[in-house]
Amino acid sequence: MYTPEMLELIKRVEATRKERLHQEFPLLSADAKQELLHGFHPDFKDEVFRTLTVGPSKGERTPKEYADVFEAYSTIDPGDFDLSKVDHDVDVLVIGGGGAGASAALVAHEQGANVLLVTKLRLGDSNTVMAQGGIQGADKENDSPAIHYLDVLGGGHYKNIPELAKALVMDAPEILTWLEKLGVMFDKQADGTMITIHGGGTSRKRMHAARDFTGGEIMKTLKDEVLNRDIPLIEFASAYELLTDGDTVTGAVLYNMETEEYLVVNAKTIILATGGGGRLHVTGFPTSNHYGATADGLVLGYRAGAPLIYMDTIQYHPTGAAYPEQILGLLATEKVRSIGGQITNIEGDRFIYELETRDVEAAAIIRECSGRNKGVGTPSGQPAVWLDTPIIEELHGEGTIKARVPAMFRQYERFGIDMSKHPILIYPTQHYQNGGLKIDDSCETDVKNLYAAGEVSGGIHGTNRLMGNSLLDVVVFGRRAGAAAAERATSIKKSSKITLSHLEAFHAELEAAGVPRDRTAPMLLPEYRRPELAGRKLALSS
Amino acid sequence: MSQDMATIYVMGKPYEVPKDLTIMKAMEYAGYRFVRGCGCRGAFCGACGTVYRTSDDYRLKVGLACQEVVQDGMYLSEIPFFPGNKAIYDIEELTPTSESVLKLYPEVFRCLACNTCTKACPQDIEVMEYIQAALRGDIAKAADLSFDCLLCGLCAARCPAEIVQYNVALLCRRLCARHIAPKSAHLEKRLEEVEKGKFDKDIAKLMDMDEPELADLYNNRDMEPRD
Ligand SMILES: Cc1cc2nc3c(=O)[nH]c(=O)nc-3n(C[C@H](O)[C@H](O)[C@H](O)COP(=O)(O)OP(=O)(O)OC[C@H]3O[C@@H](n4cnc5c(N)ncnc54)[C@H](O)[C@@H]3O)c2cc1C
Ligand code: SF4
Ligand code: SF4
Ligand code: FES
Repeated sequence: MYTPEMLELIKRVEATRKERLHQEFPLLSADAKQELLHGFHPDFKDEVFRTLTVGPSKGERTPKEYADVFEAYSTIDPGDFDLSKVDHDVDVLVIGGGGAGASAALVAHEQGANVLLVTKLRLGDSNTVMAQGGIQGADKENDSPAIHYLDVLGGGHYKNIPELAKALVMDAPEILTWLEKLGVMFDKQADGTMITIHGGGTSRKRMHAARDFTGGEIMKTLKDEVLNRDIPLIEFASAYELLTDGDTVTGAVLYNMETEEYLVVNAKTIILATGGGGRLHVTGFPTSNHYGATADGLVLGYRAGAPLIYMDTIQYHPTGAAYPEQILGLLATEKVRSIGGQITNIEGDRFIYELETRDVEAAAIIRECSGRNKGVGTPSGQPAVWLDTPIIEELHGEGTIKARVPAMFRQYERFGIDMSKHPILIYPTQHYQNGGLKIDDSCETDVKNLYAAGEVSGGIHGTNRLMGNSLLDVVVFGRRAGAAAAERATSIKKSSKITLSHLEAFHAELEAAGVPRDRTAPMLLPEYRRPELAGRKLALSS
Repeated sequence: MSQDMATIYVMGKPYEVPKDLTIMKAMEYAGYRFVRGCGCRGAFCGACGTVYRTSDDYRLKVGLACQEVVQDGMYLSEIPFFPGNKAIYDIEELTPTSESVLKLYPEVFRCLACNTCTKACPQDIEVMEYIQAALRGDIAKAADLSFDCLLCGLCAARCPAEIVQYNVALLCRRLCARHIAPKSAHLEKRLEEVEKGKFDKDIAKLMDMDEPELADLYNNRDMEPRD
């Protein structure tokens, strides 16, 4: 529900709407983009970062909140931990039940490997299930994987690893076909033509959607298929530490989130598919990510010796909800801008083309609020700008919003805001981890037999991912990881040498660097209980 | 009681919480740390289905804990899990007919058309309508109506006929995409082109370029107009 003051401000947006309706807004020049990013994007602020003093990426910088989990001890004492009882003996252990993990498990299982899939919450409780906007793929006549490739590289500031970007765009048609065969309901015209739209940074309309539940529809289908194939699955079981024979991974310690017991897995190959780290809340930003996005896979892989890449770039989604406070940080999907939504300041004036890449778009919004003082205040003090949604109905007809972004429409309706009649308030939110564990095009990290796929990996998207390339990435590389890990598993003998020697070495490094003993990771779940309760320890489990 | 606070009863136990919080945040404020019952925190995963009553009404209400704002005197419980029947099938081998649905989920026959499920759905889905559509063999309609389903399970928890509506819906959507939706000729064509190596040269050329060359191409690429 808007306050009377806000309704008054909305009149200014309404006043300029007619004039904006068919207004062409210019794209920024390459130089103007750089200036904007350097001036206002958090990735360019030194105080956000710290240089790592231990581990395989020592000397590289990463946001302090990430550094705090990388430079942290395990609560396991490697010198005194009983690994004598192996609970699960498998070929391929897949860690993380989002889009990448489910795809990997399906393919590895299809190839005949003995697979175990473990995940922190329920299968499918993930960032994947939350993706609304869409999935890219160059399948139209006027498009090609090469055009897609150029968009991916330009969006990623040319920092992408070429082999990974190639795999992404070349596998896309196959991935769309695979998903549809499994039963994902993509939006189509009556003749079967896929309905595709633009996303930030795309030069062709190649964003495919399943209404505004694209990730949800994909995730539900993959989950159903994992269950149909009876792939061994343990929910509410988090990976807590990897096990190695010294330098090759050979297993993992799992933590049963409910009973608090630990389980030991001995595996030939391991796939980390644990997703991102939005719940670390870099510099206090709100986040769009699910509850379990705490960067655990990065922590585990890093300790085992796998280097990171581009962990100094975080994607802030330009249009997170800024009001009402109950939904702070949740997304106003990019699709709203793809279908014509416009961003305006307090005066009702546009200040940036709506489909610039996300980093540029976010920086422009931050500049409008803190640099130019043209933001809109909200009752909680959260700065904001308008996302003019009613203009979509003027462009495409009444009812368009409810038909094209029903989930979002419903969300605002719950709080008494009709976004087809009133604009909404938005501000950037921590959204995506551009970097991650470094992999090759079969998803193997620098640690032998340890694979990574999905948001936990890095390099595919350079230093900035485009919308719709991540859903694509998790299926492309999830499948590649599943295939490669299964194949490796058939060609090697299992090592039953499962030790924590890598952890012992890592702890020694931490001690030498003077890292405080009470800093521990992985986090598993963020802490949202009222801070006053923490002092009353007895009532808390840890 | 201070003006901004509300008393809520979590599984019968009273807590005083700020009035503008969602049920989820209110429970955390009260000191609960979720392991179950919390997933996306944004109305996408269905982990947080909640039933509640208010003191002035005998009726049972439903909501998602991550979305619903607390009210003074709310009696609530999350239902993070409810046992449900899930059929095992090979989607390739099924036909999009009522026979397929009824063979896997014969209990759909038992639907009493009582509409309790529809009333229990926090997504305002016409649950009974999609079950009836599935029963009639109108698979496309069942798929369409159930599209926004989060698999929260509240409908199934309330169904007197013990139907697991969301699994029936998921089956219908998969049947629809796999066996009813018209094929995309352009996708099939593109897949063939990729397999034949049509783009290999173009990609190889781009992969060989250095940053200035790429940047020049990128900054001057032609853009398909927005709508
Ligand atoms: C709100 C939102 C909207 C988005 N919209 C789009 C979009 O429109 N298009 C697009 O392309 N991309 C989008 N993205 C990005 C994209 O959805 C994600 O990057 C992608 O789905 C990540 O998939 P994943 O499988 O790597 O990770 P996830 O889907 O997050 O899965 C990781 C899984 O691992 C589990 N896990 C975590 N730690 C552990 C542990 N220690 N042990 C065991 N399991 C663990 C998690 O609980 C989770 O189930 C969006 C993201 C969000 C948050
Ligand atoms: S609650 Fe069960 S019996 Fe009643 S209408 Fe719904 S599906 Fe049919
Ligand atoms: S249809 Fe059933 S499972 Fe799906 S959202 Fe509604 S109540 Fe939940
Ligand atoms: S936590 Fe996912 S729907 Fe509420």
